[in-house]
Amino acid sequence: MSDSHAHGHTAGSYYVPSHSHYPFTLALGLFALALGAIFNMNGKAPGWAMLPGLAAIVYVIFGWFGDVIRESRSGTFKGWEDRAFRLGMLYFIGSEVMFFAAFFGALFYVRNLAVPDLLGFELLYPHYDGSWPLAGKGPSEAIPAFTPMGAWGLPALNTALLLSSGVTVTIAHWALLRDNRRWLVLGLAATVLLGAAFMACQAAEYHHAYTELGLTLGSGVYGATFFMLTGFHGLHVTIGAIMLLVVLLRAMRGHFDSKDHFAFEAAAWYWHFVDVVWLGLFVFVYWL
Amino acid sequence: MLPLMIGAPDMALPRLNNWGFWLLPPAGTILLMPLVLYFFGIGTGGADAGWTLYPPLSAQSGWGIDFAILALHLMGISSVMGSINVVVTILNMRAPGMTMMKLPMFAWGWLMTAFLLIATIPVLAGAITMLLTDRHFDTHFFNAAGGGDPILFQHLFWFFGHPEVYILLLPIWGFIPHILETFARKPMYGYKAQVWSLVCIAALSVIVWAHHFFTAGMPVQALLYFMYSTMSISVPLAVLFFCWIATIWRGSMTFETPMLFALGFIILFGIGGLTGLVLADVAADAQYHHSYFVVAHFHYTLFAGGIMGVMAGVYYWLPKMTGHMFNEKLGKLHFWLTVFSFNLTFMPQFFVGLAGMPRRIPDYALQFTEFNMISTIGAFALGLSQLIFVYNVVTTWRGKGEKATDGVWEGSKGLEWQLSSPPPHHSWDPQPVVK
Repeated sequence: MSDSHAHGHTAGSYYVPSHSHYPFTLALGLFALALGAIFNMNGKAPGWAMLPGLAAIVYVIFGWFGDVIRESRSGTFKGWEDRAFRLGMLYFIGSEVMFFAAFFGALFYVRNLAVPDLLGFELLYPHYDGSWPLAGKGPSEAIPAFTPMGAWGLPALNTALLLSSGVTVTIAHWALLRDNRRWLVLGLAATVLLGAAFMACQAAEYHHAYTELGLTLGSGVYGATFFMLTGFHGLHVTIGAIMLLVVLLRAMRGHFDSKDHFAFEAAAWYWHFVDVVWLGLFVFVYWL
Repeated sequence: MLPLMIGAPDMALPRLNNWGFWLLPPAGTILLMPLVLYFFGIGTGGADAGWTLYPPLSAQSGWGIDFAILALHLMGISSVMGSINVVVTILNMRAPGMTMMKLPMFAWGWLMTAFLLIATIPVLAGAITMLLTDRHFDTHFFNAAGGGDPILFQHLFWFFGHPEVYILLLPIWGFIPHILETFARKPMYGYKAQVWSLVCIAALSVIVWAHHFFTAGMPVQALLYFMYSTMSISVPLAVLFFCWIATIWRGSMTFETPMLFALGFIILFGIGGLTGLVLADVAADAQYHHSYFVVAHFHYTLFAGGIMGVMAGVYYWLPKMTGHMFNEKLGKLHFWLTVFSFNLTFMPQFFVGLAGMPRRIPDYALQFTEFNMISTIGAFALGLSQLIFVYNVVTTWRGKGEKATDGVWEGSKGLEWQLSSPPPHHSWDPQPVVK
């Protein structure tokens, strides 16, 4: 390839990006990760079998995003690339919403239909009383007794943390629109710190559940929905915090201005999305 | 075709497109790998719980299921990324002057398909993730002993699975009117009605899923709701049918291969749609659900509606794609053999189904032998006649046949026919202006 391809070129009104091996490498990384996971789950490979795949994915994330940031800084993107990125991010978040909808749907289904319906099997499960969250009165003796997670300790604190992080990211946005870099950086830093505090609390809560409450992934369908919903949410908080951290570092280097800041908005949208999911979790998983 | 038809130089997000493409070979490899590994004494063979992966069987069977789950995850990422790209391309890259209500019907079909994929693939991903944790991490989503329910998997699976049918069919419903208007030499009838029908069908498709397992057990209220919502899909679908018929009504029709396939599609897919209406009735479904009637219905919708529709599209655009005309005589022969052998295969299955032959069972009662014999002959004829199609496509691709003009068909309209055949790389640059 000639030099003109090294950084992409513009064909008429249309920006043609340079050739990139990253999409292919990312697919290979996911392939290796999936194989490692399959063999590991079936006890045929140690945990580090997943590391090569993970390493490839991390490498691609750095390289690919780095390329796009360099393209963006070099001013090759015009208005329509920005619109394309925005639309793409919106629909990606839409698909994430549907992913959580599956788990919320499972929670509502078991609470309202499956758990009460099992009362019909008196002969099979004589001691079962059909009440949520099945702690110690589950259908099968195979599920050990546990204490369900309360709402007003750490979870309430976590709600406060995430809601205030929503405020700080909005402060950062407000500052960005006014080209006020000082408050942009402060707002972003505060958001990342609040996110980290949330994750620390979540880790403490899981530790508490496993060591003191006897609440594990195996604690019947309550444990399953509890850990899968909060766990996937925690994963998304981690991803969102990393995105915000990158945006923070870029803001400190002088990237973004009041007109050109797609990456900031994408991270902020994502952050609001995990925020809203948490409110759903707090109400339906912890509280009610 | 999409960028050509909306006057765009290319898809909006080329690297995302590339990633979506490169995810497919690893996904396919993972799906098939356990079959090969088994010969070397590794693992327990392929995924062995049917294509729907229902628990409890899929929660207990060998690790072929794990391969299938991870492969589906990769394919899911690929589909969602591809769909995001389609949506962004249509919303952001249309030629100046092309408003949404001037969009080619094919683009509308694709837009609805992409929306459905973005909405439903993540739910399937959630369902198979729950299955994976049920298998390996001690959760009880689908296990009644822990308060879960195997039927929950069916709900989640079919929340994806039913829209998937429309995901396959919506782009076809998009280009069938283009073919009809070309060969009837008449403008498409009821453009707006067709657009809103596509939108309605997409919206309805995500709220009807439970009709796939009426007999699995659910409250009567749910049965009634899913019955009525399922039946209501026939309203926008009937609008489409009448618009298609009105488009060719009193047109100056010629019957080139794409038109033959489009007309065959309308008639046979109509049979598929009407038998679907029968199955939507809960009381009737209780009789037919586990019978060959469903198999016949399915193939009238997805073979006649899906694959024959796709063939109409392939014949329609093949000269545009390759720059050469295909062999028309072979095309017609392929059509008539396909229609005849397809009906020979699947029409008898309606009758054996109504007479009580169960599906999913490898054996059947003796009185069904003759009809099964007819079906078998039809199936082989159907398979063999597709070789004509393969031959025709390959030879056209390799440049046999006369050069195609830009317009290819006499009655063709739409942006893609203004470009050369085959179109240049980054076709519409600069973009055309649509009046």
